Amino acid sequence: MSAVLEVRNLRLWYGTARGSVRAVDGVSLEIDAGSVLGLVGESGSGKSTLGRGILGLLPDGARADGEVLYKGRNLVGMSQRDLRRLRGPDLGLIFQEPMTRLNPLLRIEDHFRETLEQHESKLTDDAIRRRSLDTLGRMGIPPTRFRQYPHEFSGGMRQRIMIALALVLRPSLLVADEPTTSLDVIVEAQILRILADLKENFDTALLLITHNLGIVAEACDHVAVMYAGQIVEEGPSRDVFAEPKHPYTRELLRSTISLDTKELHSIPGAPPNLITPPSGCRFHPRCPDVMRVCPARDPIETRPAPDRRVLCWLHGPESEIPPGGDEPAERQKIAVAEEA
Amino acid sequence: MSANGEVLVSVRGLKTYYSIRGSFLDRLVGRTGAAVRAVDDVSLELKKGEVLGLVGESGSGKTTLGRTLLGLVPATEGSVEFEGKDITRLSEHDRRLMRQRMQIVFQDPHASLNPAMTVAQAVGHPLEIHGRASGREEIRMRVADVLERVGLSPVEQFMDKYPSDLSGGQKQRAVIARAIILNPVLLVADEPVSMLDMSVRAKILELMLSLKRDFDLTYLYITHDLATAKFFCDRIAIMYLGRIVEIGPSEAIYEDPKHPYTQALLRAIPEPDPRRTIPRDLPRGEVPDASRPPLGCSFHPRCPKAFEVCGWESRDLKELLERRWSGLSEEGFEAERAAAGPVEALDVPATHVKWQAHGGAHGGDLRGILDRARESDPAEPFWTGVRDVADANGALEVDWFDPVAPRLLPTGRVEVECHLYDDEALAEAAKRRESRIPR
Amino acid sequence: MAATATVRLHRRTVGIRRALAPIAEARGMARAMLWTGSGITLVFVLLAIFAPILSPYGFDQYRTSSGRFAQLAHPGHGHILGTTVQSTDVLSRIVWGAQTELEVVGLALAFGLVIGVPLGLVSGYFGGPFDRGAVLFMDAMFAFPPLLLAIVIAFLLGSSVSSGVLVAALAITITYIPQYFRVVRNHVISVREEPYVEAARALGAKPLTILRRYVFFNVVQNVPVIATLNAADAVLTLTALGFLGYGVQPTQGAEWGYDVSRAVSDAASGIWWTGLFPGLAIVLLVTGLTLLGEGLNETINPVLRRRSIRKVDFAAPSLEPASEILEP
Repeated sequence: MSAVLEVRNLRLWYGTARGSVRAVDGVSLEIDAGSVLGLVGESGSGKSTLGRGILGLLPDGARADGEVLYKGRNLVGMSQRDLRRLRGPDLGLIFQEPMTRLNPLLRIEDHFRETLEQHESKLTDDAIRRRSLDTLGRMGIPPTRFRQYPHEFSGGMRQRIMIALALVLRPSLLVADEPTTSLDVIVEAQILRILADLKENFDTALLLITHNLGIVAEACDHVAVMYAGQIVEEGPSRDVFAEPKHPYTRELLRSTISLDTKELHSIPGAPPNLITPPSGCRFHPRCPDVMRVCPARDPIETRPAPDRRVLCWLHGPESEIPPGGDEPAERQKIAVAEEA
Repeated sequence: MSANGEVLVSVRGLKTYYSIRGSFLDRLVGRTGAAVRAVDDVSLELKKGEVLGLVGESGSGKTTLGRTLLGLVPATEGSVEFEGKDITRLSEHDRRLMRQRMQIVFQDPHASLNPAMTVAQAVGHPLEIHGRASGREEIRMRVADVLERVGLSPVEQFMDKYPSDLSGGQKQRAVIARAIILNPVLLVADEPVSMLDMSVRAKILELMLSLKRDFDLTYLYITHDLATAKFFCDRIAIMYLGRIVEIGPSEAIYEDPKHPYTQALLRAIPEPDPRRTIPRDLPRGEVPDASRPPLGCSFHPRCPKAFEVCGWESRDLKELLERRWSGLSEEGFEAERAAAGPVEALDVPATHVKWQAHGGAHGGDLRGILDRARESDPAEPFWTGVRDVADANGALEVDWFDPVAPRLLPTGRVEVECHLYDDEALAEAAKRRESRIPR
Repeated sequence: MAATATVRLHRRTVGIRRALAPIAEARGMARAMLWTGSGITLVFVLLAIFAPILSPYGFDQYRTSSGRFAQLAHPGHGHILGTTVQSTDVLSRIVWGAQTELEVVGLALAFGLVIGVPLGLVSGYFGGPFDRGAVLFMDAMFAFPPLLLAIVIAFLLGSSVSSGVLVAALAITITYIPQYFRVVRNHVISVREEPYVEAARALGAKPLTILRRYVFFNVVQNVPVIATLNAADAVLTLTALGFLGYGVQPTQGAEWGYDVSRAVSDAASGIWWTGLFPGLAIVLLVTGLTLLGEGLNETINPVLRRRSIRKVDFAAPSLEPASEILEP
């Protein structure tokens, strides 16, 4: 499969009064056409910044470095005007809270008209209507409600409308940032079903950003686990969940409370502050498997299997570990209250 | 776990309605708006030392039930007996005194702490309110003890911090400390971990469990998350649209969920298990408006197992048409829509409608729409509720069986409010099946 | 004992320092406005406090033991800013005028705050018929042109209250009470729904305790901004009253507005100093207070607040390796 979007060594830092926050720090990623990639991490891991940064949506005072390649063009450093032209017909975005993104004064019909006219000015009124209704129908929104206002819809319906609005332009990649967080569990599953089926119905690739490992496991082909601005592990979700390679992935899976949970487990400590992250491997202060090399040297990405990669000294490369570096090190004592 | 059978809270026939303001015109002519039945006739008991989980989606009334139990929201009808006193009938003064015995932990730890108070001030304030400590130094010492207990140590480091300086987990620990400082017997925990990160949730739940052991607490754990409830609760009550639809011991509910709604909830939880995929046969739609609940069983419009007695009505016909039309081609939809007219006419709940044909169409055309809909999905439970369809002069008369109100009945180890487990309802359904006027 | 006392003192100052932190952090335009505004205002405050020392003569003094001052003397010898038609010293009138202005404005603000803020708190928190009545009344007050209202009040009180400063302060305050009331009430209504207020109810706190400990501090944050901006407005209202002959009477104190009104006829005959200097004083004080208010607004109001940001530098030195270096 060919990659629809390729991210190479992307850094997204933003300035604050106390220094630069390394929200995304050296991330590489490929999203295959028509596949679903789950980007999972806790709050403050940089996953949302990465999702928006890919589309060139960065807060004031932020800077990007590296490459985001789409159809042979690098989006980093592209003008805002060119980016705007790409956003919509090529790269779509779905937010967490749909109501804030719909204009309460415009009918659903007008939202679609505006979107389509902006990017495909040649469409006739009839074609606009046909395409909008077709997309809405596939999302399960009846045509009788085409002329209603956003407030007349329930939360799940609004999210369906948002997805339809993104899909009506047929983008090749859709970034969905926690699209189901504000929804109830049954509606969440309905929406996830729609997103997971995008490939069959629209031939759209999806980058699904979430903190919920369950969602990734059930809806995504691939998963990338993010910690402190870096992707620490990536691979087919089935394999990653069955056999996590990075201690963080493993501990995160163990601390997730599911129907099978028999006893509680948690990761000591809290995610680091990203202005002065820990040296070496960023997870080392919390890692149960910490070795002497971990705080001293930045880990090097290795490929334990052809389609998997991991950023952890446990998996080598052996040649880079100094003598004695693989001996276990004492984990720093972490107070209960040092948690997130 | 340590429930010893003594009843701590006893809720009887509790109803909490909110009146919503009508339109301006309504108020002008003195009409009152509709009432939202947030809690609609709930009875339950909480035994001393147990953890009861109140599980439901948003709009199920679980939060309102918790608030009514504490007397934070006035009850419309019914009683809440706590340690032998009916909370709903206490004076404001007595209710304030009662607060020392019952406390609440809210969902959003950040919003439930006053941004202008330090941790020590916030946690110590209950002592001040009830005069349970004398002097600043004693309050400070008691606060230090309780902060130590909830894991905010070294205590000196946290006492004089403001909420904005703490992380989410730390704030929730401070909120819990504030709730337990008066040694209450009952703690209502309203989604205490749902705003926290995965890796912190376990720590807060662990803390709550250990506090329960040490202080002999009773918990009402309100949540939408069946996974944490399974781990945390001794008993579970599933709520839907203001009513308890299933209640029983946790193991029983998780091993063998009876109510179709409970079954759906359990199947919808995304599990971190890559062998599972998202189920395709989930209940359709969303929780309906609690100011105009469906007739009969509130869950019937979404229920895959609904049948003759569940309360089918005009609004179900509207939804059926809308579902059909969202899958049709534009031409197909326009043709049927022209004959059917505006579906809003079906929005008034009724078990008998005279459905007017439009644009020169006849009742037969409407019947044709229904027939095609039935053909495309004969398994749709809606059809079990239709008693008769008759042509009537440019209209189609549709007649449904009368709704039967569901009852909360013991079934095995649990109690369920569903006709599937009610022999009388089943018998009535069989009778109706026989009696249906053949087409 | 001494140690615990310092600890307690430290605890107290934490709150104050926290409240002042945004002011210390202010940058750019906001900082400039804040400092210029405070500087100008401070000058007038000092003038007012030390008027007896700083002013060469009394506010209505037209002679010394050596004789009567010249009428309409040019700025220069003996009278730096000249004299008026009544032979009073212009500079002295400006210095004493600062005292009058600040007295009146200070009193007016104090009345406004003392009446408007508690009314807003109670009205917003308890709601009900009292709230509806209060809102109606306050809105009715808003409907009057402020100056007209002030004139009517000054006229009504003028005969019964002997202190001109008090009359002027009351006249001005009437127009500001509705502002504090409205801002505080609306803010209370949103804070009332905050979970921490419900938490306080669940703790068993009495309504007044909740108002005092949970609501008050979270709604008064905007009040300093409005108060400062109102102060600027109040100076204008007071001088307008003085110009029209209401408020502080010439026998009771120097008042810039009154001086300007007396100077109107002078201007036609080329006598510029009697009008220009009091006029400049008005403009300066109003500008100073406005700058201070806007500066405060931009620093305190989180929506407008801009913090200084350090530029992102990808070439910044990478992280220090941990102390435990791998050496055999």
